[in-house]
Amino acid sequence: MSFIKKPAVRHPKLPLNELGLTVRDYEGGMSTLCAGCGHDAITGAIVEAAWGLSIPTHRFAKLSGIGCSSKTPAYFLRDSHGLNSCHGRMPSIATGANSANRDLYYIGVSGDGDSLSIGMGQFAHAIRRNLNMTYIIENNGVYGLTKGQFSAAADRGSKAKKGEVNLQPAIDPCSTAITLGATFVARSFSGDKAQLVPILKAAFNHRGFAMVDVISPCVTFNDHEGSTRSYKYSRDHFAPAIMADFVPPAEDIKARYEEGEAMPVELHDGSRIVLRKIDKDYDPTDRVNAVSNLMRNNDAGEITTGILYLDESQPEMHEVNNTTATPLIDIPYSKLNPGNDMLRKIQSRYR
Amino acid sequence: MNKPSVNEFTIKIANVNGTGSASANGLIMKTLFRMGIPVVGKNYFPSNIQGLPTWYEIRASEKGHLARSGRVDLMVAMNAETYKQDLAEVASGGYLVYDSTWPRHNLLQRDDITIIGVPLSKMCNENFPNARARILMKNVVYAGVLAALLDFDLDVITTLLNETFAKKAHLLDANQLAIRMGYEWAQANLETPLPFTARTSDKSNGHIIIDGNTAAGLGAVYAGATVGAWYPITPSTSLMDAFKRFCEMTRKDPETGESNYCIVQAEDELAAMGMVLGASWAGARAFTPTSGPGVSLMSEFLGYGYFAEIPAVLFNVQRCGPSTGMPTRTQQSDIVASAFASHGDTRHVLLFPANPEECFYTASTAFDLAERLQTPVIVLSDLDIGMNDWMTKELQWSDTYQPDRGKVLRADEVAKLDKFHRYLDADQDAIAARTLPGDHPKGAYFTRGSGHNMYGAYTENADEYKEVVDRLRAKWETAKKYVPAPEVVYSAKNSIGVISIGSCDEACKEALDALREQGIGINYLRIKSFPFNGEVQKFIDDHEKLYVVEQNRDAQLKCLLCIECDVADEKLNEILHYNGLPLTANFVVDAIHADLAKGEAA
Repeated sequence: MSFIKKPAVRHPKLPLNELGLTVRDYEGGMSTLCAGCGHDAITGAIVEAAWGLSIPTHRFAKLSGIGCSSKTPAYFLRDSHGLNSCHGRMPSIATGANSANRDLYYIGVSGDGDSLSIGMGQFAHAIRRNLNMTYIIENNGVYGLTKGQFSAAADRGSKAKKGEVNLQPAIDPCSTAITLGATFVARSFSGDKAQLVPILKAAFNHRGFAMVDVISPCVTFNDHEGSTRSYKYSRDHFAPAIMADFVPPAEDIKARYEEGEAMPVELHDGSRIVLRKIDKDYDPTDRVNAVSNLMRNNDAGEITTGILYLDESQPEMHEVNNTTATPLIDIPYSKLNPGNDMLRKIQSRYR
Repeated sequence: MNKPSVNEFTIKIANVNGTGSASANGLIMKTLFRMGIPVVGKNYFPSNIQGLPTWYEIRASEKGHLARSGRVDLMVAMNAETYKQDLAEVASGGYLVYDSTWPRHNLLQRDDITIIGVPLSKMCNENFPNARARILMKNVVYAGVLAALLDFDLDVITTLLNETFAKKAHLLDANQLAIRMGYEWAQANLETPLPFTARTSDKSNGHIIIDGNTAAGLGAVYAGATVGAWYPITPSTSLMDAFKRFCEMTRKDPETGESNYCIVQAEDELAAMGMVLGASWAGARAFTPTSGPGVSLMSEFLGYGYFAEIPAVLFNVQRCGPSTGMPTRTQQSDIVASAFASHGDTRHVLLFPANPEECFYTASTAFDLAERLQTPVIVLSDLDIGMNDWMTKELQWSDTYQPDRGKVLRADEVAKLDKFHRYLDADQDAIAARTLPGDHPKGAYFTRGSGHNMYGAYTENADEYKEVVDRLRAKWETAKKYVPAPEVVYSAKNSIGVISIGSCDEACKEALDALREQGIGINYLRIKSFPFNGEVQKFIDDHEKLYVVEQNRDAQLKCLLCIECDVADEKLNEILHYNGLPLTANFVVDAIHADLAKGEAA
């Protein structure tokens, strides 16, 4: 949504990925968000993850709802189709698009208002369908475009810029997603690209619904003393439980990791995520353990981060539906038309 | 009905819902149909599962008049709760059949009709051991009684039962026994047949009996729809049921068993519409069936589809509003709401099928228009068309049909372009080319419901914004060239015309036939689409007096005619039927008589 065209400057020595593309080729238009906005750092992480996986730029589809976060798909992957939908309605657009063409990488970008208030129903049901997409919540606890109202993700007791205290409990997208049946749940911090990029790589390659909640401070309306979504608060309470590394299919894991704390999980395309436990009590493959740990840490005021839950065994929407492997948009009409003979046969039941 | 007549009568069966009367009623109707007699079945049912009153009305008409007749020649009164009203509804000279196992109320009597008591429960109790069978078979016994009273061809009934219960031998025996019991009892105890009877004819040859939702679902399969998203709502639910059934029959890969379609039951209508837009944006033919309350919820996305120019097909099977209204009663009261669904300057292309046959063909028209015009197209059916059993011409599919996908540039075409701009009106027909996600990096664009310019970029610039919305208005003019023309029955002699729409068609035609017999010649135009095309204006100009017949309180079709056409308000006379029952010819005839008499008095 930029008014200024981004100059296409390329450093001659920028590294190339397997497709011979530089990271610049995965960028989009100029951001119009506030200087220092956490969302721009997430945009950067998406660009880096997509470049790093060497996925052709036009094989992504970028979808969003309404809000500051939902503007960001214009700022990455300029060679991908994007759709900025209605407030809270991105999951249904993603469901439809994925129904029609199951072969694309779907990236949905949403905010805490977009997902946890107006779009809570669609968010929940996209999870329930295990829709094959990466769903990023750029979580700042506040409505930015309308200037600073609390969102449903704001913590109880957190203070607004003008001093009002939030009295309602927060909805935690991570524990909510796990209880709804999400098969990949992660949380990170926009200020920690080293953690976020491998999480996004893993999320893009996860078969099913990958929810990535990214704490992303709002520098204009929610970065003050008393806020629990400020840069300072987030840094102070940042508690990585599981660190993740993404390993492409060709690489050997054993060469790089010691046995023990490292737990490789194979993704459907043969790539792997290596989960490294930092919190020894945390088991990201156990739903009950994950939720109880999250709740306990949450009550203690800790922001638990990392890949918090992972289950590669669940079928995604098309597998449940038994949809043909060919994307529906590529099936020629001649194959879809049952023909006049069949119509005659069908009508014999209506005589 | 005192004069003996053949193949012109209406039977109404009053029952309690949940007692299994549907199959017996269907059997009676199908028997008439198979005897070659034009027939229509209308179901007046409650929004309820079990225990409330329900009626099924069968009209046989050799002349082919298949609107609701508005009179009852033979009532089968099976529901004590509604007995009084059912008795009152029988036309003078008509008949009423009731279950004489229990005594009737003495005070309920009519001298101008014949009341026939049949010990239905008693016969069933004596012949069927099981309680549920006793309830169900009572319905089949009255079918047997009617077969004797109306002189049905018993072989036809036997064949129908054999087909229906081919795989359920025990049910077949019970049904055959019940029919025979009713038939034989009537022959032994009653004067049969009645003065009005059924006689074998050939008028139903080349026809089928089908409801509009089934036909529309089938039409969506033939149109090449691959994605269906929906949220259950009466009276549209059976449309997606049909689509699913026909997809399972015809769209499974014979080798892998995989589905060449994807049906998603959405969490609500908002999501259903979002899924349709998402799928259409990605390049599939996608649709959703719904009814009034669903359209209200879908309005936000309908406006999005209009502004972002995404094809979509919505079947609105209308029911009685406002609000929840009467979910199981019919109306045409979403015309205005559909035409302008959503905020801002939004307008939608509407199509108006009049019967199941048109529902089938309108499906592919709707997809072709939606993709050609890159906009949501709403098909306005209604409960009467969608859920009732109509006799309709056999459906044909031209295997040379190719879907009109509109201006879609696929990878090879995009590759040849210097640069792609999504909303550039290159052909000067107000329709820009679109591309599909995943095809080619050069085709990428950003779709948004916010202000955008002709290049597809975000804008808040006054001129750039205006350019886009003005082009959308110009596209409305383009649409007029593509939408189906109205049906016109015209004679230069007549200075009066009737304009009508959708399911009013049968009643209007029957009414005009009746008026013609009385020496009143009236021309007829049936709207099939919005925007209207030039023929509508011409018809208005050609007549001194026009009646607009429609099924809503607020004259919504007339309202659109006044907005879109050059016509003085007083030239359009309203004939409005909106009590939830289908329109009858008599209603139209009476309204026209009353109006003409008014003119003579003045």
